[in-house]
Amino acid sequence: MLLLALDTATPAVTVALHDGDTVVAESSQVDARRHGELLLPAVDRVLGEAGRKLDAVTGIVVGVGPGPYTGLRVGIVTAATFAAALSVPVHSLCSLDGIAYAAGQAGLEGEFVVATDARRKEVYWARYADARTRVTEPAVDRPADLTEPLAGLTAVGAGAVLYPDAFSDVRADLPQHQSAGALASLAAEKLRTGGEFLPDQPLYLRRPDAQVPANYKVVTPK
Amino acid sequence: MADEPLVLGIETSCDETGVGIVRGHTLLADAVASSVDEHARFGGVVPEVASRAHLEAMVPTIQRALKEAGVSARDLDGIAVTAGPGLAGALLVGVSAAKAYAYALGKPLYGVNHLASHICVDQLEHGALPEPTMALLVSGGHSSLLLAPDITSDVRPLGSTIDDAAGEAFDKVARVLNLGFPGGPVIDRYAREGNPAAIKFPRGLTGPRDPIYDFSFSGLKTAVARWIEAKRAAGEDVPVADVAASFQEAVVDVLTRKAVRACKDNGVDHLMIGGGVAANTRLRAMAQRRCEDAGIVLRVPNPKLCTDNGAMVAALGAEMVARGRSASSWDLSADSSLPVTETHVPGTHDEDHDHGHSHGHGHAHDHDHFHELSKDNLYS
Ligand SMILES: [Zn+2]
Repeated sequence: MLLLALDTATPAVTVALHDGDTVVAESSQVDARRHGELLLPAVDRVLGEAGRKLDAVTGIVVGVGPGPYTGLRVGIVTAATFAAALSVPVHSLCSLDGIAYAAGQAGLEGEFVVATDARRKEVYWARYADARTRVTEPAVDRPADLTEPLAGLTAVGAGAVLYPDAFSDVRADLPQHQSAGALASLAAEKLRTGGEFLPDQPLYLRRPDAQVPANYKVVTPK
Repeated sequence: MADEPLVLGIETSCDETGVGIVRGHTLLADAVASSVDEHARFGGVVPEVASRAHLEAMVPTIQRALKEAGVSARDLDGIAVTAGPGLAGALLVGVSAAKAYAYALGKPLYGVNHLASHICVDQLEHGALPEPTMALLVSGGHSSLLLAPDITSDVRPLGSTIDDAAGEAFDKVARVLNLGFPGGPVIDRYAREGNPAAIKFPRGLTGPRDPIYDFSFSGLKTAVARWIEAKRAAGEDVPVADVAASFQEAVVDVLTRKAVRACKDNGVDHLMIGGGVAANTRLRAMAQRRCEDAGIVLRVPNPKLCTDNGAMVAALGAEMVARGRSASSWDLSADSSLPVTETHVPGTHDEDHDHGHSHGHGHAHDHDHFHELSKDNLYS
């Protein structure tokens, strides 16, 4: 098994190579505005570091969000195109699951919530029974609306750090953005144990905010 | 002919996901998935809707193009992609896909200019472009007069619209007439039944002191709207066919007059017309007559090649390969306002002094107008 994992759902442009047992190489750069420029060079660098070529990869792991759309699509279309060119499968995961898994690797136990920045004063979030078990569908909400239902729950991720008043026990010491290494480890575990993956579709969670224009505006002066 | 470059081109600058494959000047495949129907009720292209549609259509459209061309991806000599100008989020889907595809196949990547591609596509229909070529590009996003001494390295903007693109004016007038979106084809259809001399609408920027090669369609659009409103206010029927014909005549008159003038002034004996509005039957007819009168050879590709498509990107990519232009690097970015003078985006690490950018011609006219409904809904 040789998995190439990538995720552009958070400000991190993150790429990792995983041989089924361990992360062989990883690159993470935090730059929310340059996903498009940074991703391919990162893939090239990670493969170079591991001394492998892309055609040795047996599967592509990708985080399908939720995340800000423009950046999110960079990772998903890259994964889909690699997979098509190499005739290997895409293994899609919820990006929040990668952050949860990383929190578990860092020692977090018990129930918690993962929240990332959805911009427009909202967060993407999901609730976990433990680092491997998500118990809610990923959602997007205003942080203030979460205060009540998530009261007392430990919170990880940049969305929690950004809105500390809305969450109870914010763990800013744990990874705030995605790590492709963690995402790849989770995928490798699922592939070994027959776990489920998501459809290869971005989790937008919001409709495009386009408005049907109001009625035609008269130009004749009154 | 087998040693001509085999290139796949990807175009996602607006609402068409296009993948084309060419061998030199020969078109092998032109696969297009359009999201135009999804935009119709918004009366214009919605960037986020377009970007979502590009992501969904990208890989299937590549595969359809390869099948249509009957070639193996392994045999490609390069992957070309529209690097700009266009809608930022939409461009980024194509650029990301092109990079991944080129990287996975071990092929060079060519980020190319959308406007230069609109010109270069004519090689697929009429053979090598004469040098220089004069080009009039007219669509919902562009209205430009360009002089291209070398389509791979030297494209000079002579003029462009100072307000609306020509295609936008068609869309807006169609809206006032309640004819739906997009407006180009439906106005063309009504105009055939109407009298182009019925109403004297203004010809923008044609006064003695106006810029010779620039266009303006905003005043015309307002004049048409006022004329229609006056009719309605008087309780009279609006003669839709006459309005369509007279409006279209005003647009086409200015476009062809300025294009022919540009040819004469610059001693160019060929005129190329591209972009979606080049499908307009009256534009083709009037350009044909005026070019003949002026001794200019007119080149207009068939309508499918005039609208945004991947074949035009592949055509320019093939020319880049043929002329040994340097490839782009893996950090190629999508540039929503890429100036037309940047015919391609050569690699940042490449010591290539041969790509001949002509920075001296000014960037004032380079930024074409896209009718985005909401520029700030890219969420990044
Ligand atoms: Zn175009």
